[in-house]
Amino acid sequence: MLKLEGINKIFNEATPDEKIALDNINLHLAPGDFVTIIGSNGAGKSTMMNMISGALTPDFGAVTIDGKEVTRLPEYKRSQFIGRVFQDPMAGTAPSMTIEENLAIAYSRNAKRGLRIGVSRGRRDFFRTSLEKLGLGLEDRFNAKVGMLSGGERQALSLLMATFTRPSILLLDEHTAALDPSRAELITRLTKQLVEEGNLTTLMVTHNMQQAIDLGNRLIMMDKGQIILSIDDAKKPTLTIPDLMTEFEKIRGEKMNSDRALLGS
Amino acid sequence: MFTALFGSVEQGIIYAIMALGVYLTFRVLDFPDLTVDGSFVTGAATAAMMIALGYHPILATLLAIVAGFIAGCMTGLLHTKGKINPLLSGILMMIALYSINLRIMGLSAENAIVKPNIPLMNADTIFSQFQVFWSNLGIDAALTSFIKNTLGISPAPSTWGTILVVLIITLIIKFIADWFLKTEVGLAIRATGDNKRMIRSFSANTDGLIVLGLGLSNALVAFSGALIAQYAKFADANMGIGMIVIGLASVIIGEAIFGTKTIFRTTLAVVAGAIIYRIIYAVALRIDWLDTSDMKLITAIIVILALVIPQLVDKRREKKRKEKRQMERLEQHREITRLQGGKNLA
Repeated sequence: MLKLEGINKIFNEATPDEKIALDNINLHLAPGDFVTIIGSNGAGKSTMMNMISGALTPDFGAVTIDGKEVTRLPEYKRSQFIGRVFQDPMAGTAPSMTIEENLAIAYSRNAKRGLRIGVSRGRRDFFRTSLEKLGLGLEDRFNAKVGMLSGGERQALSLLMATFTRPSILLLDEHTAALDPSRAELITRLTKQLVEEGNLTTLMVTHNMQQAIDLGNRLIMMDKGQIILSIDDAKKPTLTIPDLMTEFEKIRGEKMNSDRALLGS
Repeated sequence: MFTALFGSVEQGIIYAIMALGVYLTFRVLDFPDLTVDGSFVTGAATAAMMIALGYHPILATLLAIVAGFIAGCMTGLLHTKGKINPLLSGILMMIALYSINLRIMGLSAENAIVKPNIPLMNADTIFSQFQVFWSNLGIDAALTSFIKNTLGISPAPSTWGTILVVLIITLIIKFIADWFLKTEVGLAIRATGDNKRMIRSFSANTDGLIVLGLGLSNALVAFSGALIAQYAKFADANMGIGMIVIGLASVIIGEAIFGTKTIFRTTLAVVAGAIIYRIIYAVALRIDWLDTSDMKLITAIIVILALVIPQLVDKRREKKRKEKRQMERLEQHREITRLQGGKNLA
């Protein structure tokens, strides 16, 4: 479903700030895979997500989605088959537009936009049933401007908007990190539910090791632009946080800077 | 006085189409587009040139709309493909259009390449053609005598036809704008002004939408210019100076008075704002110590006040709210201390 082959990216090349962001990344995802990604700050997790979404293009290497090579395809064209939820709850929705208008924008993702009315009666029913699944009562606030919603509500809406057109790939970039613990838990639960329902091929970056272990069927750990550890679906169910720490020490020969990874939400 | 005010309302309704264009860029796309000063004249020049050459005024007006659309798209391309800052893109296009407009008007002259103005004194315009049809109906006389009998006012405009035709045109444009902003493309344009990152992640080409939005906006501005040229019976290279500020003043005045709860209401507010602006203009001109040329200063002051006053009001409200909250908390503390003090004594 998703293939990254030999992806390299260097930022600020030939300056004192030169940084190897991605160093020969290879990753294959089968349809329905749910991969969680952990790693310290600057490990290249977000850069890798941006390579897949098209916000950045690799210096070398190829990105293939659903058998199509998309390495040079601009972000807006690629997003036909990629759903995304950002860390910032404000980033995934249009604040001065209503809930139903936001849903209509998401609904037109994989069709050419024309002069049809965005929120037609038929679609409104579909939007309503989709919103009911969130269990937040948003279906009764159809005409509320999204800017009036709380961060958690906006993130739940973003999640719904990213998934309900069944994208080929779902990218979640620390999408619970900016929320308080109870909200984060709600979003985590909804993520699990929506991914399972749509059987979506998903990549999720997180700082929270427990979340990385609880969700998904595979796990990868990144460090200094490389994938240093890959846990497949056979080993994942029995994985624990201490396992991950020892693995890291074995590979890198140093202790993991784990405070944020352990405690971070 | 009545005639002057009546004329202002007529003009205000025509300028409302320009104001809707400004609303589309400033508010919906969040793009401060200064092309307007140039594209307004482009519309007027194109229509006047065509009419002076003997073409049908409706064809002349349609071509003016197309010319405005192209001008707006150019500004959009300068910004999106040329990566030029939005304000500068508009200014560059505005300056370029000044020369282009002189050339457009020059097309109507046999012995000159450029022309600073075109008079349309005895030419056929949309309004003169409508007047021929209208005066046959005899509604003017009926309306005037009706007003005289019921309200007891005798002054009446020379015709009710013009205000009717401009009102119908502007309302049609308003309803089309309302509908368009609810279509899939319209929603995408609104989201482009609201959150570019979000709409890109839903497979919309923001560059294309910005170009389209600017094109449509300037098409409306040029349409308004074409109608004003036919209404005033001349086109002039300088008739667009300050037009963007007038458009902005109309949008701000309208929004402040009528609110922005829905799109339907906001576009109505913009239309009303344009009419109110023209009435203020007419009244200001009747003040003895003011000169016509002071109007640009007054317009600038209106826009400055409309931008600054809401901030001050908000700040004041915020301060009042905080003070009130603080007072309540102090009161609570005092209450608690008093109760505890009472207990201790007992």
